[in-house]
Amino acid sequence: MTPPAPIVSLRAVRRIYRMGEVVVEALRGVELSVDPADYVSIMGPSGCGKSTLLNVLGCLDRPTSGSYFLGGEDVSTMDDDALSSVRSRRLGFVFQSYNLIQQLSVVENIEVPLFYQGVEEAESRRRAEEMSRLVGLENRLHHRPYELSGGQQQRVAIARALINDPLMILADEPTGNLDSASGVEILKLFDRLREMGKTLVLVTHDPDVSGRSGRTIRLRDGQVESDVRHG
Amino acid sequence: MDKVAPSISARQTWHRLRRAFRLGLKSLRVHGLRSFLTALGIVFGVCSVIAMLAIGEGASFEAQEQIKNLGSENILVHSVKPPEDRKVSDAGSQSFVLQYGLTRIDLRRIEESIPGVLLTLPARVTKDYVWNISHRVDCDIVGTLARYPIVRNHRVAQGRFFTEREMDAKANVCVLSSEVVSSLFPLDSPLGRQVRIGSAYYQVVGVMEDRGSVAALEGPQDSNRGSLNRIFIPLETARERFGEVYMRERSGSMESERVELHEITVRARSTEQVRPVAEAIRGALAHGHKRKDYEMIVPLELLRRAERTKQIFSIVLGSIAAISLLVGGIGIMNIMLATVTERTREIGIRRALGARQRDIVTQFLVETVLLSGAGGIMGVMAGLAVPWMVTHFSGMRTIVVPWAPVLAFSISALVGIVFGIYPALRAARMDPVEALRHE
Ligand SMILES: Nc1ncnc2c1ncn2[C@@H]1O[C@H](COP(=O)(O)OP(=O)(O)OP(=O)(O)O)[C@@H](O)[C@H]1O
Ligand SMILES: [Mg+2]
Repeated sequence: MTPPAPIVSLRAVRRIYRMGEVVVEALRGVELSVDPADYVSIMGPSGCGKSTLLNVLGCLDRPTSGSYFLGGEDVSTMDDDALSSVRSRRLGFVFQSYNLIQQLSVVENIEVPLFYQGVEEAESRRRAEEMSRLVGLENRLHHRPYELSGGQQQRVAIARALINDPLMILADEPTGNLDSASGVEILKLFDRLREMGKTLVLVTHDPDVSGRSGRTIRLRDGQVESDVRHG
Repeated sequence: MDKVAPSISARQTWHRLRRAFRLGLKSLRVHGLRSFLTALGIVFGVCSVIAMLAIGEGASFEAQEQIKNLGSENILVHSVKPPEDRKVSDAGSQSFVLQYGLTRIDLRRIEESIPGVLLTLPARVTKDYVWNISHRVDCDIVGTLARYPIVRNHRVAQGRFFTEREMDAKANVCVLSSEVVSSLFPLDSPLGRQVRIGSAYYQVVGVMEDRGSVAALEGPQDSNRGSLNRIFIPLETARERFGEVYMRERSGSMESERVELHEITVRARSTEQVRPVAEAIRGALAHGHKRKDYEMIVPLELLRRAERTKQIFSIVLGSIAAISLLVGGIGIMNIMLATVTERTREIGIRRALGARQRDIVTQFLVETVLLSGAGGIMGVMAGLAVPWMVTHFSGMRTIVVPWAPVLAFSISALVGIVFGIYPALRAARMDPVEALRHE
């Protein structure tokens, strides 16, 4: 049996920030591949390039050099519009600070990715309600983000990340702003997503979080230090 | 999974736009007061454009109406007391007759020597009291010819003007201006009734149409300019009754002046002839008049001048309107720049979730267009209300030409786009990663 084609394939990816004379090399030749249904956690000391790597994976940022194939497409050469399209169709994001749009209700927040795909309103509302049930917020559809707890807000963000049925969900310290109880709620939700066969990549400082994942990648100074598959 | 093609249909575009508008409304409502104040800049701009145009248009219409009433083919020549003589008589010299002004020789010369002249109309004006039993009015008694209504475009409202035959018979008939009627015959119709001037009675045969302020332009431009109270009698009757010497008492001494004709109206054959005829009249009058004891009014020239004035007025108005809309536009731009900065995070989120740069541009442009459009609509309403109130409270004429609100509204929408495009582009060009890190 041939192994499944990887979702993500990074080859010699470098990301260099230039600020006048100062040059910061945040990623120095990262090699990485992620297979379907992988649950990957990325760890490492502060400033080692975790967020930078996640931004590259999320097509929010382009590598300075190297190649990046996402679902078989070479995204490292795409223009801005094409990258936007890739983000809207194939990726889901969960942020540390939830990043919900304050003037939109819960259900409207969940719908945003579909809006940029041009999905019909009725269809997008139906799917948003389905996602809200998945994260257990079907009773809060018309609340505003500031009326929700941090944990609930993060669940809205997860529902939003799932609504376009992405190839891969990216999360940058998703439990970083939460108390441990809410954090555990979120992690349980991730476990369920994993059972559903979703591909997850998350950045964390918390060994407990990485312990629940299936694979831990350690970064140091912009390079992959170790890559371990477990549980 | 990849069934959503990157190119989207027209229907989807329409859907997106509609939702963008709804979203824009929502965002504007978040800062309701701020949005309102921003739109207010446009409201005032649009309102002032429409109101000023309406007032300007009304004023110039009125002026042109007045001038047209005088007759655009007419040339009006008035006798004017020469200024140097005024000083002499003021100095108190007792009883000499001051002679000045237009003469019958002038009239004949104009009639006979100028080819472009169609008709002439001489008039004598005497000031006296006109009586109806105990009602009394100080009037300009105008002795003129039967063709007065035709030459001066002044219609008879009731009854008729006096006839050639009555003129030949030097009949004691008269026609009243509508202003005189209201003072002399406040209750009943004056037709067929008698009025008294001095010791003579005159039968009223007609009443002239009310022409309002036109009369202000008709009289000579000196101190005793045309009064609105006028009574018309045959020229020869006037000469016989009042003679040509006019006497009045002034500060103790008698002052007399002799004027053959107070006014000659000359009608040219066509408007093209007006200028040459006016020149020819100047030439003809230069012979007999060493002093400047007459004055010429050419309504056509007044009309042309009024049109030029209107053009200048329009330019000034246009500039003021442009400036006020510019200020409104700058206000919008200012607020949108602030909004973009304030919503950097939201822009980052939307970009991360798949918004293209042009989606962000659309979103912010829609907001500015909504702002300026709403301001434009309010401005149009205010701009229609203001002229109405001006007319209602001051009686000034205003005319809202149909294209004015359309123009003002279109400009306001344009202002929204022009001043919204920079903030929108700035929002769209932000780096998504930077935008997400904001705050
Ligand atoms: N926009 C930028 N301009 C310049 N340097 C940057 C920029 N973004 C990141 N860096 C630098 O790149 C390096 C990696 O940053 P990154 O944010 O990826 O670290 P991180 O591993 O996520 O750290 P943390 O755990 O604290 O979030 C750091 O040295 C940082 O200073
Ligand atoms: Mg980080």
